[in-house]
Amino acid sequence: MRMRTIEISVGVFVLAGMLGLVFLAIQVSGVNFSRGEESYQITARFNDVAGLRTRGKVSMAGVTIGRVKSIEVDMEWGDAVVTMQMFGSPGKLTTDTGAKILTEGILGTRYIGLLPGADEETLQAGDEITDTQGALVLENLIGEFLTNLGGSK
Amino acid sequence: MSDNLIEIKGLNYSRGDRVIFDDIDMAIPRSKITAIMGPSGSGKTTLLKIIGGQIKPDAGTVLVNGQNVSRMNRKALFAVRRQIGMLFQSSALFTDLSVFENVAFPMRVHTDLSEELIRDLVFMKLNAVGLRGARDLMPAELSGGMARRVALARAIALDPALLMYDEPFTGQDPIAMAVLVGLIKGLNAALGTTSLLVSHDIHETVSIADHIFIIADGHVIGAGSPAQLRESNSRRVHQFMHGESDGPVPFHYPADEYQFDLLAGPGVRD
Amino acid sequence: MRFNVWMNSLGRASMLWVDAMTGWPRLSDLALVVQQIYKVGFLSLIIIVLSAFSIGAVLALQFFTQLSSFGAQEAVGIGLALVVLRELGPVVTALLFAGRAGSAITAEIGLMKTTEQLSAMEMMGVDPLRRIIAPRIWAGIISVPILTAIFNMVAIYGGMLVAVEWLGADSGGFWTGMQEQVEWWEDVGKGMLKSVIFALLITWVAVFQGYDSLPTAAGMSMATTRTVVISSVLILATDFLLTLVLYGDL
Repeated sequence: MRMRTIEISVGVFVLAGMLGLVFLAIQVSGVNFSRGEESYQITARFNDVAGLRTRGKVSMAGVTIGRVKSIEVDMEWGDAVVTMQMFGSPGKLTTDTGAKILTEGILGTRYIGLLPGADEETLQAGDEITDTQGALVLENLIGEFLTNLGGSK
Repeated sequence: MSDNLIEIKGLNYSRGDRVIFDDIDMAIPRSKITAIMGPSGSGKTTLLKIIGGQIKPDAGTVLVNGQNVSRMNRKALFAVRRQIGMLFQSSALFTDLSVFENVAFPMRVHTDLSEELIRDLVFMKLNAVGLRGARDLMPAELSGGMARRVALARAIALDPALLMYDEPFTGQDPIAMAVLVGLIKGLNAALGTTSLLVSHDIHETVSIADHIFIIADGHVIGAGSPAQLRESNSRRVHQFMHGESDGPVPFHYPADEYQFDLLAGPGVRD
Repeated sequence: MRFNVWMNSLGRASMLWVDAMTGWPRLSDLALVVQQIYKVGFLSLIIIVLSAFSIGAVLALQFFTQLSSFGAQEAVGIGLALVVLRELGPVVTALLFAGRAGSAITAEIGLMKTTEQLSAMEMMGVDPLRRIIAPRIWAGIISVPILTAIFNMVAIYGGMLVAVEWLGADSGGFWTGMQEQVEWWEDVGKGMLKSVIFALLITWVAVFQGYDSLPTAAGMSMATTRTVVISSVLILATDFLLTLVLYGDL
């Protein structure tokens, strides 16, 4: 009888631990198993991605439509190559889609914002977005501002 | 097959700088009750642990049933120990198991007997020590004497060839003592087990032992039947057997002259 | 001299662990492990849940008052989750486990030694390392990560109650902000990895202190104190090293 209570208690205990892990997975870290089903990758080159992290948002009109998969540097050109994992199937984004690195709030995290284009052709898996604008780096802006100030005198 | 279950030759053992055994020879005959006696701190319990293989001696051979326990690996040693039952000074019952489970424990680990058979065997063993009715109690609910009897039932659970008793009479009231004396004697006769008893209770030990060894200062200072030892003309054996306070084993711990200590005044000797 | 004594203990402790944990576990050992999980894990639940809830609530309160002056109340969720998952969850659970279960393991084994139960077992041809020590180590390794997962869940839930239900932070912002930032392996997984390492340390210290205690009342009380002190110091020092190794490149 005593042994039975112990076994049931341990069962409850282990179950509570698993429940905790499931909670941490779904509610806290937002692991979503269904999104992985259909997706494709496109790339984009930026002159500066300062602060962008993998798993960052890729959004259009404020709606998340993909995630940053990897960020690498191209030593030859000295720019950053960002691979994005886009949800759904290809054929909706036009080839002249623009990509911009934006900041959420004033201290928030960096993400990629896509601007819709008007072209007939669409981006296929593995294609590259050419119309890009890198991150605004505060130090560079201040530096530019100071140079302009000096030049106008 | 040798007449002796245990043969000890040239046993040496020291703990730190203290020599516990200095070249001891001993033979324990089969199916008899042998007692090892000696003053407190003479290493009697250590001797049992050496025979059980729990302590490795520095030198010498310890043969149990012809096998050298001091040269054995763990596995072989565990096999030998199934033939040995031991009654510990503190009874050493498993505090989280009931009386029944304590006695059943060795059977459960070492045999594949069915539950019914184990039940019957446990009742037999408990009946032998008169505690069949206490089977559902926990060790904490037992008196010291009862705990020791349960421990004895557990020690004989696997019908061992050798039963070792570590100070079985210490801290027992006269009735419990008489019960234990009767049990040890009865079990020895009924099971034909070799019994090895470590004690310094002269009266009880003399009443049941067939053969006695007295050890002191690392040596066997006397051996023989109780009657022989009582008539021994060795002064040390005489002092021990008759319980005299002063003799070759001095009453005083070694010290400087009394007079000198008194005159030296306060302060600690350097 | 002191150093030699420590090295000697470390050597014996290592040998104890290796002797107890090598070899195939038998099926019959499972019942012993389950029993120990009950003792060290299930019985530690109450203290873990209570501490987790109050720590989560206090953290949310502090984050909220500080962040609301920047107008960034939604960041309460992220801050709380990261602090709990990476550091406080594993560390506080381990410290509580050392105090609640580690000391109990030491006391129990010490008592078994004092009352010659370990010797008796050895003389019966049963290895106390396999029968007594190993199940307790396994139970700790299984229980501490479970307790940590429960701690994390309760702490975040408690923080949510304070931030959202009481102080009025936006519920959507609280959860989605967390989900955007928290990563499954980087934050949850590495925290759990820490807890497994803490479990190894605590059970190791606890069983060794019990097994090595002097067989007297004073020796046992010293051993339980040492278990709590040594494992607490080890947890905090190891946590620093683990954070360096696991998150050092950030």
